Amino acid sequence: MQRRSDREMELPADAEPDHEGGSSRRQFIRRLAAISAGLTVAAPLARGVAVTEESLPKSPPPDPADLNGLTQINLKINGSTERLAIDPRVTLLDALRDRLELTGTKKGCDRGACGACTVHVDGKRVLSCLTLAVMVQGKEISTIEGLAKGQELHPVQAAFIECDGFQCGYCTPGQIMSAVACINEGRTGSDGEIREFMSGNLCRCGAYPNIVDAIKVAAAKMRGGVN
Amino acid sequence: MRPFVFESLSSPQQAASRNGPDSAFIAGGTTIIDLMKLEVMTPSRLVDVNGLPMSGIEMGEDGLRIGALEKMSAVAIHPEVIAHYPVISEALLRSASGQIRNMASIGGNLLQRTRCGYFRDVNTPCNKREPGSGCSAIDGENRMHAILGTSPSCIATHTSDLAVALVALDTSIRIQNGTEERLIKLDDFYLVPGDTPDRENQLRPGDLITEIRVPKLPWAKRSTYLKIRDRDSYEFALTSAAVVLDVDGDKIRDVRIAVGGVGTKPWNLPKVSQALIGKPLKEAALVEAAKLAVEGANPSKHNGFKIDLVQRTIVRALVNLGDLA
Repeated sequence: MQRRSDREMELPADAEPDHEGGSSRRQFIRRLAAISAGLTVAAPLARGVAVTEESLPKSPPPDPADLNGLTQINLKINGSTERLAIDPRVTLLDALRDRLELTGTKKGCDRGACGACTVHVDGKRVLSCLTLAVMVQGKEISTIEGLAKGQELHPVQAAFIECDGFQCGYCTPGQIMSAVACINEGRTGSDGEIREFMSGNLCRCGAYPNIVDAIKVAAAKMRGGVN
Repeated sequence: MRPFVFESLSSPQQAASRNGPDSAFIAGGTTIIDLMKLEVMTPSRLVDVNGLPMSGIEMGEDGLRIGALEKMSAVAIHPEVIAHYPVISEALLRSASGQIRNMASIGGNLLQRTRCGYFRDVNTPCNKREPGSGCSAIDGENRMHAILGTSPSCIATHTSDLAVALVALDTSIRIQNGTEERLIKLDDFYLVPGDTPDRENQLRPGDLITEIRVPKLPWAKRSTYLKIRDRDSYEFALTSAAVVLDVDGDKIRDVRIAVGGVGTKPWNLPKVSQALIGKPLKEAALVEAAKLAVEGANPSKHNGFKIDLVQRTIVRALVNLGDLA
């Protein structure tokens, strides 16, 4: 897989042309992202012109010299180290999706309510939307892209296919990352326990019964030493 | 999210000089990142405390000591916690989700902000967020709001389940400010809103919660946390009860009760506990004593149901614990 860090505007070699403009949907989205990333720095300043005095921050703004300088960080993701220059506001989720092109991790609510952005940090499931990228330097980050061993799916991935544990698929990467952790935590003793310990992952299609089935199937395989 | 300067601390003593009015500490980040995205909190300096030596879960002569940086998930499954204070483990496991419990620190849990929708919406008046701007909840949507400890300025509930359990257990927290340290009872730490709902606790500039101390209470091994909510899991409490029970035959020798989802702070109920000491562990006596829980209650338009519900929550928790069911 081609990953990009500081090279936003490069196009991937495998970009698929669409029917109209000859550029892929992902290229289009990336251009939009690059444009909006440029706007992000200017936005607070622009807002400052329009707001009333009462709504301004009560203290002098921080030294612009501190704010304009990006922070250099190293992230260990799925076993490889990625070097990024980022604003400290960038969440792990946005770093993964917008900077490293690891778009398997999904943005749902972006407020810690839906679980679509679940990844593992040092083996524990966490929400990447509420994690600042600058705070996970040096930690082992695992995403859905790192789960399979080459062409061999992780037992949880295989079980989701076998049990039809999804419909639209948008919540699925988060469900799978959470399910792997749920099994590792030993919380698959009953359907009720699985539901309780998977409650941080919402599925608006309502595939819950099949998700529970998939976790039971995967847990049995993993206990059997398949993976 | 507004711009901020990010820095990490390496010693608790440094914290005092870093915690000015426009700076904020971050540990797990599950409250503050959310509120910074909403621009409810707009610190210009964000100070990472994760590198500080504030970890460890130890059962000693005096009771349980929990470092403020310990994660909710680690405390919830700690064998000593489960053995000696099941109410703490249960309160934590009924809080948030597996992911959030892996992120949120114990110190941060105690400082989590209210889920009042008006507090979280910068386009509406809120005395807690913007002192003097008015309370949108009093005449607004207030089903989830408090009935105890309210004021004409604020009716927002305190939402930590853990804090309810810890208040029932007479817990203290250790606070460091530079080289000074002090211990304060968690029950005293939290403030009712009065005219200053923006002041939620007794933290002063430079203060850092470093440790939680739960006193030794051998009979706390018989304790439980009952949480009533709109859905089975991953939801804040409508009402909740943390209950610790000591029985002598069929009589109540001692009991501790605190409730959540109903107060502007974790609501300790010493009067209910006092009324139950020496009483038979029978449902009728429990129902009678639980009435004292709602003395002075001030329900709003949509949350009057909590008056009955919280009494039933207390009775059910005691019944469960006393094997009366």
